[in-house]
Amino acid sequence: MATGSELIRVEDVTKKFKGGVVALNGCSLTISPGEVVAIIGPSGSGKSTLLRCLNLLETPTSGHIFFDGVDITDKKVDINLHRRKMGMVFQHFNLFPHKTVMQNITLAPVTLKLKTEDEAKKRGMELLERIGLADKANEYPNMLSGGQKQRIAIVRALCMEPDVMLFDEPTSALDPEMVGEVLDLMRQLAADGMTMAIVTHEMGFAREVASRVIFMDGGAILEENTPSELFDHPQNPRTQTFLSKVL
Amino acid sequence: MWWSNLFAGMSPANFFNFSFLPKYLSFFVQGLEYTLLLSVISVGLAVIPALALALMRLSRSRIVRNLSGAYIAVFRSTPMMVQLYIIFYGLFSVIRIPSVVILGFIDLSRFIPGVVALALNSSAYVAEIIRAGILAVDGGQNEAARSLGLSSWQSMKLVVLPQAIKNILPALANELVTMVKESSICSVLGMTELIWGAKTVATTTYKTLSPYVLAALVYFVINYPASKAIEAIERRMRRGDRI
Repeated sequence: MATGSELIRVEDVTKKFKGGVVALNGCSLTISPGEVVAIIGPSGSGKSTLLRCLNLLETPTSGHIFFDGVDITDKKVDINLHRRKMGMVFQHFNLFPHKTVMQNITLAPVTLKLKTEDEAKKRGMELLERIGLADKANEYPNMLSGGQKQRIAIVRALCMEPDVMLFDEPTSALDPEMVGEVLDLMRQLAADGMTMAIVTHEMGFAREVASRVIFMDGGAILEENTPSELFDHPQNPRTQTFLSKVL
Repeated sequence: MWWSNLFAGMSPANFFNFSFLPKYLSFFVQGLEYTLLLSVISVGLAVIPALALALMRLSRSRIVRNLSGAYIAVFRSTPMMVQLYIIFYGLFSVIRIPSVVILGFIDLSRFIPGVVALALNSSAYVAEIIRAGILAVDGGQNEAARSLGLSSWQSMKLVVLPQAIKNILPALANELVTMVKESSICSVLGMTELIWGAKTVATTTYKTLSPYVLAALVYFVINYPASKAIEAIERRMRRGDRI
């Protein structure tokens, strides 16, 4: 069972897709409050599937996931309540194109009655000012650059006041010159003490910001360690091979 | 020429002999009004059950999916005329509609069964239109909404459906154009729509051809501009999509 120092606990999670593809093969993991966990590994290694299992966008075939001490894989649990506390940022931003930036940010907190319209707008404006995009509040997403979209997607998740932020390759769909602004914002979040799980290909960023790095391949967690240990002294031969190719 | 006999008696005068018009104009005017009312009301009424059928079709429960699938399969795989007969002589022999005439030419005891039959038929087709419209919205939209804690219905209503409408509306308008033509089947049950008017004029005046030619012209004049307008709107909407 989860203890007080754990925010997320993954116990022996397996995910088999229809057609027999095994995306996850017995993964276990804990994330404590304030930790920044980077998940790295080759494509198809199951990183994204593991991350998407954390808020049940993918339902594990077997195993348990505890969030704040509650087994969210239990069918009786209302996952919608727990998702409010888990912000997610996607590779392709997934802003709502029919809503303005401000409406994107306030939709969920207002609909779910967590904030009044005024409170949500006020909080949204604070966050937009913090990322320097307050002037875009009434624009539609198609008027924004990729970097701006992704930073607003992060703000949209933050406006729910989550306990943890999940990032699914947040910079992979960006033009190179826009990667920096998104990573800067994530760096600030980490410095503010936000608990984060980040699937990423940005090794430099993982080394610099993560408190722990997890290497996955073939649907399994093969190695986890502090960034300096994992990057400088990888133990598993597959970690060594992978790092020798990407670093 | 050898082939000229083939066209003997088919002079333009036979096709376009509209000398009956001054006397029988009302058959065509009221017939057209009847046809338009029948189609617009039927497709309008079909939208709500169609939305329910489409959402059922996308449900996670297999039983619910199959229920909706069976309905759609039955209505799409049997002729509209058979559906019309079964609903008229089956359902509406149990439910009696009083023979009230509105607007001077619409007998409700026939009009209402007609609307019900067309709407039931149309809801099967519109369900598929709505389903396709929903599926055309990027799956990431639903995931983003759900990841923020919105329920599946909230994310459907607030995020997915508003974007799906853009895909649905043009196809729905096309369904209406189809229905304007298909509703001609209702003439077999004495609903006084456009084809019934043409048939009545033909039997009364012994002009067996030109009343139908006129009816065809009327359908064309309504439907062709309508479908062109839909195409234009579709093009404009697609332009709005470009980022």
